[in-house]
Amino acid sequence: MHQKLVKGTVLPSLQVDKITRTQLALFAGASGDHQPTHLDIDAARAKGYDDVFAHGMLSMAFLGRLLTKSFPQESIRSFHARFLARVPLHSHPLCSGRVTDVESGLARLELLMTLEDGTAVVRGEALIDTLALPPDFAVHS
Amino acid sequence: MYIDRSIALELKIAPMPFDIERGRLRFFAETVGLTDPIYFDVDAARKAGHRDLVVPPTFLSNSLELSLPDPFSWLAELGVDLSKKTHAEQSFVYHNLAYANDSVVFHRRIIDVYTKKGGELEFVVKHTDVKRGDETLIECRFVSVIRHPEALQ
Repeated sequence: MHQKLVKGTVLPSLQVDKITRTQLALFAGASGDHQPTHLDIDAARAKGYDDVFAHGMLSMAFLGRLLTKSFPQESIRSFHARFLARVPLHSHPLCSGRVTDVESGLARLELLMTLEDGTAVVRGEALIDTLALPPDFAVHS
Repeated sequence: MYIDRSIALELKIAPMPFDIERGRLRFFAETVGLTDPIYFDVDAARKAGHRDLVVPPTFLSNSLELSLPDPFSWLAELGVDLSKKTHAEQSFVYHNLAYANDSVVFHRRIIDVYTKKGGELEFVVKHTDVKRGDETLIECRFVSVIRHPEALQ
């Protein structure tokens, strides 16, 4: 189904792959965040955690992927994320988003990343410049 | 111990130059699962009207600073116990796209320090202007939270 961007429009959700140690190691290299609590179980335990956990910026990269799946990147004006809880190894996060408001050519989106049990781990917001969208733009859901 | 806000706001953090390489962008795109070829195929990016691979929305972030030696020295300088800090929030304001082969500079400063929950949580806000020459491409905000369990006693 195709839908124009209005209040209440729901973005196609994004089910990301299970979080693995390999992925955290690769993301450390790709992103530059080499902090050992994401890579090394000994370092994580020394800080009082049971095990390594995902980088906040990996979650934000997934939410960014949700955005660029629906919108050309040049239409994204701002993007904000609040990290509410740690994303554990082997979890299977789901990213979702919906339009909460369209005003003065800007669409405001509410973004959410949840775990399988429904725990909200990241809450986000983005502003999309609707004037920067192609004339035939539609959300595919 | 809490941060002295006035010292924090005056703290000089060295600018960080960063060269955006195609290979690094391809690695990032593959790792986070970006499937649009504008992020890894130069021809596809050009066909879509871009001059090179497009830098994804969260790539030019504070994470890039973390591969520097002693990356949190700016917080340690303010007396923060680095074992008590966590990433609380992150935001980006976008002015223009960055592309592979661009050279950018991260200009960093602390713009706010505040506490919540009666001092149990202390927040430090670092603002980064990511510039290509004189042009600001992205304004990036990194909010770190420092836990102060002693405030509960």
